[in-house]
Amino acid sequence: MIELSDVHKAFGPNKVLQGVNLTIPKGTSMVIIGGSGTGKSVLLKSVLGLVRPDSGTITLDGQDVTKGDREAFLARFGMLFQGGALFDSLRVWENVAFRLRQGNQKRPKDEARAIAIEKLRRVGLKEHVADQYPAELSGGMQKRVSLARAIAAEPEIIFFDEPTTGLDPIMSGVINDLIREIVTEMGATAMTITHDMTSVRAIADNVAMLHGGKVRWTGPVSQLDATDDPYIQQFIHGRAEGPIESVR
Amino acid sequence: MILTTPLAALGRVVLEALAGIGRIAIFAAQVVSHILRPPFYPREFLNAILQIGWFSLPVVGLTALFTGGALALQIYAGGARYGAEAAVPAITAIGMVRELGPVLGGLMVAARVTSSIAAEIGTMKVTEQIDALVTLSTNPLKYLAVPRVVAAVLVVPVLVAVGDSIGIAGGWLVGVNQLGFNSSTYIKNTVDFLQFWDIGSGLVKGAAFGFIIALMGVYHGMNSGRGAQGVGAATKSAVVAASVLILAANFLLTRVFFGS
Repeated sequence: MIELSDVHKAFGPNKVLQGVNLTIPKGTSMVIIGGSGTGKSVLLKSVLGLVRPDSGTITLDGQDVTKGDREAFLARFGMLFQGGALFDSLRVWENVAFRLRQGNQKRPKDEARAIAIEKLRRVGLKEHVADQYPAELSGGMQKRVSLARAIAAEPEIIFFDEPTTGLDPIMSGVINDLIREIVTEMGATAMTITHDMTSVRAIADNVAMLHGGKVRWTGPVSQLDATDDPYIQQFIHGRAEGPIESVR
Repeated sequence: MILTTPLAALGRVVLEALAGIGRIAIFAAQVVSHILRPPFYPREFLNAILQIGWFSLPVVGLTALFTGGALALQIYAGGARYGAEAAVPAITAIGMVRELGPVLGGLMVAARVTSSIAAEIGTMKVTEQIDALVTLSTNPLKYLAVPRVVAAVLVVPVLVAVGDSIGIAGGWLVGVNQLGFNSSTYIKNTVDFLQFWDIGSGLVKGAAFGFIIALMGVYHGMNSGRGAQGVGAATKSAVVAASVLILAANFLLTRVFFGS
């Protein structure tokens, strides 16, 4: 279980997180929604330790994430970055197997390659893609490779940062379905950031809306449409009029 | 108020400059502290050797060739005023191995390699590849900085040695074909005049310049701002800082080696 308690983070005068409280139960899929610049990515990176909160606590199974063995902590995570964040200088299979080629999870080269090809197949990519470089792939294929890398070491927790941004609706649907299938079959805890309401409905067990540096609303995805919270209603229906200023 | 404003601005500039020097010094200490600690990344190291050393050979070689030739012409023209034309082989050789070989070689490698490292790592930063490294339990300092810095410290002296040889050959070409020197006499004068420390001091300078070249590229790349403009600014800062530091280090090392 991931728990965030009164988390604050500011960049200079810009107070991004202003007391975030959120609980993500083990084995569930939480989707964070909110407008651009509301701190969703900062929240996610705070859990991973890529950003250090100014105050508040973040715990994973009761352990403070800023303490303890960092490598062991990160080994429990997989992450799909918004732009893929694939390493240009490495072949696709080397990207997917990156974690399997070093540290405590190091495997022999042939075994790591076999696992990478199996994960590529899992995300719908053929074996010949393994020996290509990321720059030779389309945006949708890069996203799938990044997804394969995120699941390569079978992590307990997977983060997805804007998994469908920049993809056409069909490819977005493919990625959403893959995420849902993978999270379900692996029994992983998932945390996803997205603006895409189709993704929310496809991926989420629970939804939290971030606004004004705090969690404005949280609850099961089944209650999302029924809530009368004006912020949620404006966001999910994409209205320009409402409490959320359209020009920020 | 009017009088204190420029002073306050000057103070801010000085403080910012000192803070920058401090940040670079801490970064350099962190890189050095990781050199002998595992994990090691031999593939990254070999790739850095190739990128910094092998692919810099043409630019270093051509720079040295033309510099050696021009140096021979200048020394001949200047020496003629005192009837000292015969000093061309010796002065060309010492000028190349002590100063021009390491400094011009260092500056050319800085232009080619520092910019390339800063742009590559800066792009990795803005595309979240460095964050991805962290989430994959890999220390970016170890994976990106250490292999490049160690490779540069090892290969820039080799480039300097190659540049020295080609520069002396450039002087020999001009001396024999244009200035009327006898080939074997030119070579004998060069070999007889040079001492071990003339060459050794240039190689030590090369190692120091290699450290500066890679460190500036990695530091500015990892501290790049956002977007294409941020990467461009980081690349420019890296090359400027490396060039100035090479010239400053050259003065300090020359003073240490030959000041007395």
